[in-house]
This record gives sequence, structure tokens and C-alpha cells, in this order.
Amino acid sequence: MSERRMDAGTGLVGAITRLGASVLLLGNILLGCLPHRGMLRELLRQIYLVGARTLGIIFVGGMFVGLVLALQGVDTLSRFGASDATGILVSISLYRELGPVLTALLFAGRAGSSLAAELGLMRSTDQISSLSLMGIDPVRRLLVPRFLAGVIAVPLLTAVFVAAALLASHVQAVWYFGIDAGAYWGGIVDAVELQRDVVPGLLKAMLFGVAVTFLSLQAGYRSVPGAEGVATATTRAVAGASLTVLGLNFVFGLLWI
Amino acid sequence: MKPLRSIEFGAGLFLILGLLCAIALVVVSGSGLASSGSDTYQVEARFGNIADLKLRSPVVIAGVRIGEVESIRLDPVQFDARVTLRLESSAGELPLDTSASIVTSGVLGNRYILLEPGGDVEVLQNGDELFLTQSAVVLEQLISRFMFGGTDEADDSSQPEEE
Repeated sequence: MSERRMDAGTGLVGAITRLGASVLLLGNILLGCLPHRGMLRELLRQIYLVGARTLGIIFVGGMFVGLVLALQGVDTLSRFGASDATGILVSISLYRELGPVLTALLFAGRAGSSLAAELGLMRSTDQISSLSLMGIDPVRRLLVPRFLAGVIAVPLLTAVFVAAALLASHVQAVWYFGIDAGAYWGGIVDAVELQRDVVPGLLKAMLFGVAVTFLSLQAGYRSVPGAEGVATATTRAVAGASLTVLGLNFVFGLLWI
Repeated sequence: MKPLRSIEFGAGLFLILGLLCAIALVVVSGSGLASSGSDTYQVEARFGNIADLKLRSPVVIAGVRIGEVESIRLDPVQFDARVTLRLESSAGELPLDTSASIVTSGVLGNRYILLEPGGDVEVLQNGDELFLTQSAVVLEQLISRFMFGGTDEADDSSQPEEE
């Protein structure tokens, strides 16, 4: 069924058909998210696979981003004699933009690619068709737990990312450049507000989680069987998800501010 | 595939760590007055010019933040700015003749509203208006008055020699 949809062709009709198929798949996944028996165990397993195994890259990535933000912040702001405001610059940019976006991009590269490859290989080896033949809904069995795990994991990973970046920026700004620690953290506490920065940032992260996970799953699920199909699916997952995150981020910024 | 026990442990550890980080981020963020749940009341003030005073700009007494700017709108009849301030009740009861002025932190810093309590025995209630207000000082006007000579305020001690 889905193979036929992939051959919907090019041009306007094909594009509309693919869009409709995507919406239909997303709807099916969302419908499957209603709690049912045996879901929790598989969900936990997927949270471990896409979330816990991504922690390392998120933590290290966050630290590097925090280091370079503080480095550039101190360098630029000291020209205006405002290097005490580094904490404000670092924290606001992390909470509002860099945290959610970079986490989603790293997540797409680390977890999205593996989701797409896994499902693509399942498609190639007819595991998905076998499930259908046995009367098991592959959407509910395969896609729903992975989707939910991604949606849960990305906001949490964003929190880890921002926390790691803030700690690393402390090292750079306070230990290396000698900015007063009280002024640094006081500026952060003053500048960051719950309703304006923290909640939108985490909401955005959840939205990105939906986008990245769904696009990766769809790329794998709808892949053409074969080695080339798996390769195309992985590329499409990472490239499509990354671009979508950047685009969504801009739209979100327009609407929120 | 790893044994299920360790996978569940990993997933649980990840969830706990993520939630702890999220809580830490919320704690680090200073929550605005709106979310702190403290008792507040509103007073109004009219200004001839508010310069770049913004929503949520701080309202301070003696340098201590006791509230924020709740709304700013133009009076359609008198064409002055009507600013609503939200003040914390915990800051004590302010006299009715409290004056409000818009001042700047630093030379080019943010605008905020400075309240100076008067000596009236009556206190400000919710919805009252501050009658003693002083508009923002706009740097350009100050400079042009300084350069081209003012009509009234230029005859103080800081009058320039050339003009």
C-alpha cells in the first residue's frame, strides 16, 4: 500500500498525494498514541534507545556551545565595557534559540538517522509486511513507541543541553576570563524569565521532537526496499528533519515574539 | 539487545536526569511577578513622554524592585501616555502623593520607573492614579537644547558659552 504511495509520481498531483499520505500517517500515529496494554515497556525501551543513548553527544555538544558562546560573548561585550552582561547573552540565546535548535539537529543526526535506517531495513527485509500479514498494525507496533519516545526525549535532552552549556560557559567566563561569578549568575537569573524564555523553549523543543521523529520514521517506513532505499531514507531523514527544524524555528519565532 | 533490566534502568536514569535539568533551568530563571503568585495591585500614571519604556520594565523604590509596567497605551483625548503599574502589596502601603519618574539605568541603559513616596496619610489603593509624574529625559532633546540654546531651562549653571 505504502509502496504504491511512494510511486505517486512527480509534479503537483504527486506532491499533493505525498502530503496527504504524510498527514494520514501522522494522524494514524497520533491515534495510536492512546494508551494501550503493553505499550509502556516498548516505550521505555525506545526512550532508552533514542534518548539515553543520545545523552553523551548532547552533553558534550552543549558544553562546546557554552564554551564558545561565552568566549565570543566576553570578547564582543568587553569592547563596550559590558562583559558583565555575558551571562545574559549566553543564557537568553541558549534558552530561546540555541538549546532547542541544536538539540533537535543533534537528535536528528544521532537518533533520527538510526530510526530511519532501522525501519528502512525492516522494510527491506519484509518485516513490516510480515507484521501486516500476521494482522499486527505496524504503525501501532513500530512507529508509535518510537514517535512517543522522540517527543518525550527531545525536551529533556534540550534541558540537559542548556544545563551543560550554562555550566561550561561558567568555566569559560568566570574561571578563564575572571568575570565575577555573582554578576554572571545574577545576570542570568535577572534576564531569564519562566514564561518568556523557559516555557517557549521547551515547547519549541517538543514541537521539534514531533517534527524530527515523525520525518525520520516516515522516511524509513516509506523507504524503497533495498540497500539504496535505506541509504536514501537515512539521508532524507537527517536532511529533511534538519531543514524542517530550522524553518519551524523561524516560524515559531515570528509567531511568538 | 541488552537484558531488559538494564535498558529500563537506562531509560529511567535518562528521564530522571532530564527532569532534574529541566527543574534546574526553571529554578535558575527568575520568574516574573506574574508567576510568583504574590499579591499585587495596579495604579495608573500619566506621562508626557515615556521614551523607550517597555512592558515589564521594573518599578523601583530606592533601587529595590517592587513591581513592573503592566500596560502602556495612548490617551486618545489628551495624547499623553497612560502607564499601568503593577506593584507588590508586600512592598508596604504607599502614600497617595507618591511621585513617579522615568529614569535610565546608566547612560544608555534601560528605562525604569522610580517611585518616591510622599508624606500623605492616605494610601494608594488598587486603581488609583499617581498625579505627580516626571517624563523621561530624551537625550536628543537635551543635546539640542544644549547646542541651540533653550528658552527656559537653558539659563541654569550648565549653560554653554557659545550661544
